[in-house]
Amino acid sequence: MKQRLSAFLTFVVVAVVLAACGGAAPAAAPTTAPAAGAPTAAPAAPAAGGDVIRIVSSLPRQGGSKGQTDAVVNAIKMRLEEDNFQACSGKFKIDYQDLDDATAAAGSWDAATETANANKAVGDPDVMAYLGTFNSGAAKLSMPILNSANLVMISPANTYTGLTKPGKGEAGEPDKYAPSGKKNYTRVVTADDVQGDAAAKWAMALGAKNVYILDDQQVYGKGVADVFEASAKTIGMTVLGRDGIDGKAQNYSSLMTKIASMNPDLVFFGGIVDNNAGQLLKDLRAAGMTPDKVKFMGPDGIQTDSFITAAGADVSEGAFATIAGLPAEKLGDKGKNFYTNYEKKYSLKAESYGIYGYEAANVFLAALNKACVKDRAAIRDAVFAVKDFDGALGKWSFDANGDTNLADIQGFEVKGGKWVAANLFTGGKWEK
Amino acid sequence: MAQTAPATPVVARRNYSSLIVGVVLLLVFSPLLLSIITQIFANPLLFIEALKVGVINGAIIAIIALGYTLVYGIIELINFAHGDVYMLGAFATLVFFGLLNLNNTTPWIVRAPALILIFVAVMAITALVNYSIERFAYRRLRNAPRLAPLISAIGISFIVQNIGLIIGGQTLPQGDYWALVSFIAPVLIASVALVFARRIQAARPIPWWGWMLLVVVTGLVASAGFNLMHSTLQNVAPIEVGASIMGNTASGPKSLPEVIAGPNTPPAILINTSDAKVLFRLGWKDLMVLVLSSSLMFGLYLFVQRTKVGKAMRATAQDRDAAALMGIDVNRTISLAFILGGALAGAAGMIVGMYNNTAVFTMGFTAGLRAFTSAVLGGIGNIAGSMLGGLLIGILASLSDIYIETRWTNAVVFAVLVIILVFRPSGLLGEEGGQKA
Repeated sequence: MKQRLSAFLTFVVVAVVLAACGGAAPAAAPTTAPAAGAPTAAPAAPAAGGDVIRIVSSLPRQGGSKGQTDAVVNAIKMRLEEDNFQACSGKFKIDYQDLDDATAAAGSWDAATETANANKAVGDPDVMAYLGTFNSGAAKLSMPILNSANLVMISPANTYTGLTKPGKGEAGEPDKYAPSGKKNYTRVVTADDVQGDAAAKWAMALGAKNVYILDDQQVYGKGVADVFEASAKTIGMTVLGRDGIDGKAQNYSSLMTKIASMNPDLVFFGGIVDNNAGQLLKDLRAAGMTPDKVKFMGPDGIQTDSFITAAGADVSEGAFATIAGLPAEKLGDKGKNFYTNYEKKYSLKAESYGIYGYEAANVFLAALNKACVKDRAAIRDAVFAVKDFDGALGKWSFDANGDTNLADIQGFEVKGGKWVAANLFTGGKWEK
Repeated sequence: MAQTAPATPVVARRNYSSLIVGVVLLLVFSPLLLSIITQIFANPLLFIEALKVGVINGAIIAIIALGYTLVYGIIELINFAHGDVYMLGAFATLVFFGLLNLNNTTPWIVRAPALILIFVAVMAITALVNYSIERFAYRRLRNAPRLAPLISAIGISFIVQNIGLIIGGQTLPQGDYWALVSFIAPVLIASVALVFARRIQAARPIPWWGWMLLVVVTGLVASAGFNLMHSTLQNVAPIEVGASIMGNTASGPKSLPEVIAGPNTPPAILINTSDAKVLFRLGWKDLMVLVLSSSLMFGLYLFVQRTKVGKAMRATAQDRDAAALMGIDVNRTISLAFILGGALAGAAGMIVGMYNNTAVFTMGFTAGLRAFTSAVLGGIGNIAGSMLGGLLIGILASLSDIYIETRWTNAVVFAVLVIILVFRPSGLLGEEGGQKA
């Protein structure tokens, strides 16, 4: 009898809890409803019977890069929505799938997951574009897989030079990523041969003479640090040392003690937030290298709000970072419209990579509208043929390597717990 | 066992070959050693600094290592979840600091008692977690083959890591005192559920699914209770809160506020050379780590060596069956080892939280690996050995960071581990007899 009673009580409790959850749900619903509602509203248009073309993106949707990839995904959705999820005047219905190449256990992108995403995209006959990846190391893995299937890749964020430019990366790059002999990889973002060089010149302009260079021992971080190092030596700065950090170490106190003993003016870290960029800066400041004496600079991998969360608002104050592109006010109407529409639609600021997500979807739609066939090779060729494209980033073209011809870099600084645009690198030099 | 005579030449030959290995190793690494020694003499101040950082990092590793050693010493289980319990300690500290809005501008009259209370609370939480882990995942496997609890421990490690991920994904606004107060609700509900379950258990054993159901239901009710209490309090007496202390992503690293010293606080100890150069500087944070960790280690040592309960622990470690025959409650003793280990992990988590000011859900794995390594290096199961191993690894890593290259540090640390284990398979202070490992 006693047990029956307890069982009864248990069920009453479960019922109450379920009721409470049910009651709580509607409160959360309105925030997600518009986003979910939009794609379902699209088929009302004449395209209902059209053939489906699927776009996938493969980005780290967890970890320190999440803020940036949220902006990319939102911007892709926004661009597709502007065309009502259609292409070729209703001939094709566009479907978008947001794949995650990070795992919770890794806390950042994961090789096995990225490979699985690429294989999944290849295996789905409706997939005509692969918008990704975010991390250059991930791109190295998916490029050859997608290349054999003639599936075009448009990366909104990879900046490692060797992915596209012959002679600027390791031996065999970039040809080893195109086993079919015909390139399929493009990127709308300016590569690190420009960014690293601009960063070094900016460091010099900020008054640095002696620099210490660190990287996170990954493809992207090491690549941009290499370019920074080479460029710093050419323009006459002294490189005091170069080292790679373990992104999972507890702290970097002893490394920072060593660096402090060399009296650098600036420490450059090539890497991403997930590889402990925040802790690195904390230990740098704790070792007595104050912002007025020793500057800290990183590439676009740290130019995100999660860097400030990781390092703390007070410690990150005065940190510098570079990122490709022009500030909103210097963009054309299309770029300005992107920022106003994005803020209106999502009621938050687009992080730096939002506009690149938008532009990747934008350039794909333009190529698709021109080719107007559901054929991977034809779409790939159409994307590579894009010249003088009038997009959100300005007027630009893809070159034979799949690179954009844009070469503007922005310099940001943390002020008052926020990344604030500081300087602009355009036409090969920094302007005030 | 009786044939001692033939055994002697075998031992002699082994010593001979290991001597050769030693000489070869020394020759191979002599240029490196030489360059390190010249660098040390070129800048002795940097060397002092390297030792200081090494000792501090080593002390932290040693506290975590003690947890591995305590448990291994008693039930010969490598508790892989231990590092992750330490991570929970750091997260608990982050939550307390954030919700109380504690930082280095808080007046000391509030800060000092708050820090002590948080220290006790964090240790209590992680002790409870570690106790529950033993009760739930290891006790039933105590007489199972050795690999079963080991795999179970790896599984628990992943589960705890994901709990850290879930905590990291919560929205916990800075300075939300009511959230802290509202934790009373889930604690109360859980205790009521436990008392309730014990009543039933006394009358009739609860099947496993009953326990599962109980856990799930209690969890749901507890979170509902928390939300209800929190929103009621916030409606009755609204307080202004800041942004979430967890940032915008569950798995991103989180920053803990600085609570010990401000940016302009002078160092605790500052010794200058005659020409006004800094010879030795010890910040308050450094001092905090050294004082806390050495008193914890010393306290544990005294506890195990001098108290009656400590004696029971040692007896259980030596021979569980004989200890039971002598009237020692073996289950309780083992639980005690887990409680102590958990409390130490929590203390380490809080110390690291205050020292490094970063919490990330993967931190337990890396720290656990280093700590486990130092426990093995010192002789796993031996308390003094773990402390020695921790300090040694901390100093070694620091020296390698400074005199070799940071990118080689992990390789250097593990190479030294391999070399030491080749010569002393049971660790530096471990007892002879390889059957335990």
